[in-house]
Amino acid sequence: MEKAFLILAVLTGVGLIFGFILAYANKKFALEVNPLIHIVEDALPKGQCGACGYAGCMAYAEAVVLNADVPPTLCIPGKEPVAKAVAELTGKAAAAMDPRIAQVKCAGSNEKALGAYSYNGIEDCVAANLLFGGPKACKHGCLGLGTCVKSCPFGALSMSEAGLPTVDPEKCTGCGVCAGACPKQVIAMSPLDAHVQVNCNSKDKGPVARKACSVACIACTLCMKECPHGAIKMENNLATVDAKVCVEKCSEAKCLAKCPTKAIRSALNGISGNENQTTAAAACASCAQ
Amino acid sequence: MEYFTLFMGAVIVNNFVLTRFLGLCIFFGVSKSLDASIGMGMAVASILTASSALAWAAYNFVLVPLELKFLTLPVFVILIAGFVQFLEIVIKRFAPALYNMWGIYLVLIATNCVVLGVPLINVESNFTFIKSVVNALGSGVGFALAIILMASLREKLQYADVPKSLQGLGIAFVIAGMLALSFLGFSGMIPM
Repeated sequence: MEKAFLILAVLTGVGLIFGFILAYANKKFALEVNPLIHIVEDALPKGQCGACGYAGCMAYAEAVVLNADVPPTLCIPGKEPVAKAVAELTGKAAAAMDPRIAQVKCAGSNEKALGAYSYNGIEDCVAANLLFGGPKACKHGCLGLGTCVKSCPFGALSMSEAGLPTVDPEKCTGCGVCAGACPKQVIAMSPLDAHVQVNCNSKDKGPVARKACSVACIACTLCMKECPHGAIKMENNLATVDAKVCVEKCSEAKCLAKCPTKAIRSALNGISGNENQTTAAAACASCAQ
Repeated sequence: MEYFTLFMGAVIVNNFVLTRFLGLCIFFGVSKSLDASIGMGMAVASILTASSALAWAAYNFVLVPLELKFLTLPVFVILIAGFVQFLEIVIKRFAPALYNMWGIYLVLIATNCVVLGVPLINVESNFTFIKSVVNALGSGVGFALAIILMASLREKLQYADVPKSLQGLGIAFVIAGMLALSFLGFSGMIPM
């Protein structure tokens, strides 16, 4: 009988001691969490894409509330409404955002781009890239194995039948995760209102690029000469368009018609549209201005 | 030398996961990525060492004098669970960086069989205080070794062409079996 009481005493004693220690510790070491952090987190899209540079939406909410130097405009998927909401909640001034969209800088579909060898390995661009830079003759183009599609936190990318990723402009938030996932840096984040884009990433010289792919930019400089505003430049055998100059000054996009390989296209037409539509779409774009 | 043998024995020869099959739940649950497994391994090793010391004291200063050895199991359960909870609160308050790193694993450990098993084996073997701590540290390091090995293998496996019926946990069990087989080669080198 005595033993039974002893057992009871020891077990309840241990339980009570730990209960009190925990209760005391909970009170004494309680962490004061700013309730605003949760309110701000609720205002964020919760895609956990990391485009803001923080580990997730919670981490960004914490930083933007506690640190006065963190601007409220870092959430790229949220665009302006979220930036405004966050700015209002934290009492910071919201600067204007420029919305961006993923642009696939390659039109070298399976028919148009030449293959170098037949690849039967892991269905992943990073893996394929390790093997002599991938199975395409062009060493700068899209490998078409869909690493970007898998990486997109918003499901905005899909693989077309031609073997190129297509961006759903409705779903793309411009977070840039896909641009980081692509081993070839084929995806660029371009301004949402860009008129024209160069759908090629090849830094090879003209003849080499042309041999590997029928829609490559061969750096012929025709578009550069055609542009009256100097928005197009040649860098590393590739035409680059300064979207800002383009949007502000240009109203007719003459550059599109001159391109012999149709590597430069209207951005409003999407990347996989057919060539015949490009000029029409460009004209359309100009009248919308 | 005696402690070194004990330590190495606990790490490799008598590895808790791969030769005694304790702690398999977290071994499979948290071995999907290397980062998580390192955090988990570190958390288990430190909790194991600390709770073994605590359990040794409770056993030798409370349970033995009161002749209540048969209460070892429930007392240890309360002791370890309470201690882990306490540690979680303290770490959260004083070392937020550490808490962010492996705080989430602490709760998983609270009622894990490795963490309970090692102190139980320590008191059953009549180890001294230092021996219990060394044995617990060795077991923790052994657990970390096993889970990190497993996570490295599983990370590589993501790019392997696994038959559909074996994908996921199935192939993980097969690999764990092979790992255990290879650790069987150490058996008997250092007797427990």
